[in-house]
Amino acid sequence: MNYYFTYFIAAIGLFSFSAFFALFGVYAERKISAFIQDRLGPTETGKYGSLQTLADILKMLQKELIVPAAADKWLFMLAPAVIFIAVYLGFAALPWAPGLIPSKTNIGLYYIFAIISIETLGILMAGWGSNNKYSILGAMRSAAQIISYEIPAGFAIISVVMIAQTLDLQVISAQQGILAAEKIKFAGFWDVSQIGGLFSWNVFRAPHLLIAFVIYFIASLAESNRAPFDIPEAESELVAGFHTEFTGIRFALVFLAEYSMMFLVSMIAVILFLGAWNTPLPNIGGVKLATWTTGVAWGILWVVIKTLSLVGVQMWIRWTLPRLRVDQLMNLCWKVLTPLAFACMLISGVWRLWLM
Amino acid sequence: MVQKVINAFTTAWKGLSLTVRHLFAGNGKREIVTVSDSNYFKQLEYGTNTIQYPKQQLPVPEVGRYQLDVEMDDCIVCDLCAKVCPVNCIDIESIKATEAIGQTSDGTTKRLYAAKFDIDMAKCMYCGLCTIVCPTECITMTNQYDKTVFQLSDLVYQFSDMTPEDAAEKRALFDKQQAEKQAAKLAAMKQKEGGA
Repeated sequence: MNYYFTYFIAAIGLFSFSAFFALFGVYAERKISAFIQDRLGPTETGKYGSLQTLADILKMLQKELIVPAAADKWLFMLAPAVIFIAVYLGFAALPWAPGLIPSKTNIGLYYIFAIISIETLGILMAGWGSNNKYSILGAMRSAAQIISYEIPAGFAIISVVMIAQTLDLQVISAQQGILAAEKIKFAGFWDVSQIGGLFSWNVFRAPHLLIAFVIYFIASLAESNRAPFDIPEAESELVAGFHTEFTGIRFALVFLAEYSMMFLVSMIAVILFLGAWNTPLPNIGGVKLATWTTGVAWGILWVVIKTLSLVGVQMWIRWTLPRLRVDQLMNLCWKVLTPLAFACMLISGVWRLWLM
Repeated sequence: MVQKVINAFTTAWKGLSLTVRHLFAGNGKREIVTVSDSNYFKQLEYGTNTIQYPKQQLPVPEVGRYQLDVEMDDCIVCDLCAKVCPVNCIDIESIKATEAIGQTSDGTTKRLYAAKFDIDMAKCMYCGLCTIVCPTECITMTNQYDKTVFQLSDLVYQFSDMTPEDAAEKRALFDKQQAEKQAAKLAAMKQKEGGA
């Protein structure tokens, strides 16, 4: 019985985390966009406008839930839930610190990629259910984009998996620091098993993973529908894309999913490439920085810092680069990223055979 | 193709470094200086460009065209402003006085009461013609540019300080004087006729 109790606590904890992160994320996004554009952003509600997103969500909760007369009611009403739950379930398999993971499964990475693909289904449901040309166009674009970009993202991930030889995210994390059970070599020649820190991260263990990381990061922008890959929303052409018809809390759920997705894909990037919960500080002789800064609390701190900086980069990119056209995006995906990711995968195989 | 990829990354990096410079530039409140200040355009290169409007206000030039205001004591109710107004936003109703009722600050004698002096600011197009034709310079544009109201009718500014009773009384007085004059005239004519 206690077993189930723990499950519920973990589920509620993850939900409150994603809700809290979405509030913080929206606030950060507004502030960052404002500073980039030489404005101040929200300043009125709370100190420096810090309560603004809380006020926004309270407003959204009070709004009427409108279902268009000609909409496919069930698809329309279920879509936001499907979109959010797909992302939310992905959180279950993310490791936060050594020994701290909501669901310790040996196919964690596979599970996450399977479950977040369902988001596309939710978006299609939303677009189709709205019975609106803009929405269905947005949904089709989203489906095309996410399905396409899953291929370079998948290949980039497979190149990590080939190096790590496991799909268990906790094992992949442990391999990138001083807690590793096996020998770790920096760039294939320098044994850093005892030194740890920055040098044992996957991107430095096998330098071609740096390219894989960039490919994964670009693809992850596309998967979370962030600019410059926000053609599903394209507010200038499609009004607001697949969520045009949603109001109140349903609209909020779509946004919650977007921000949770940002965190999720960034955290996967951190786990696979940037050392997960491992410290960036190496052991230098007697100064055992890595040993001192490894532990459950440190692990949470490191993973959150790394993930939030990646989320920050996503926001930075959004307010810098313009939205690309749909054919340009397909070109980039199929003609550049996919072959490059494939090459990374091949190099990974060779690397594993000859250098590890 | 490689060249294209490199180009994409370098141009993207250029843009990103530009925005990150702005991200970490000063984010303090904008300093309030007039447009004539030599630092006015230079200060827009750093820090925020927007202002927190109700709390901060940009100083406006004195000669700008903002809302109309009428100094009623100086008005001689000549109706020139209403006649010149291209959009007919000024509505004046005058009552002749029985005698000179005073002087404006520049010494012009006032002979008319203004029973009504309404300016519909919702119609006004801020051309300033009325302020030019006014012989006593009683109609002016103030530097008050912020005026929001909850009802459209609140934008009709009423400058006349006469109550309807006052106006009726003055009207009656004038009519009485006219009647007296008429009577006097008639009497004079009668006398003339009788005399001839």
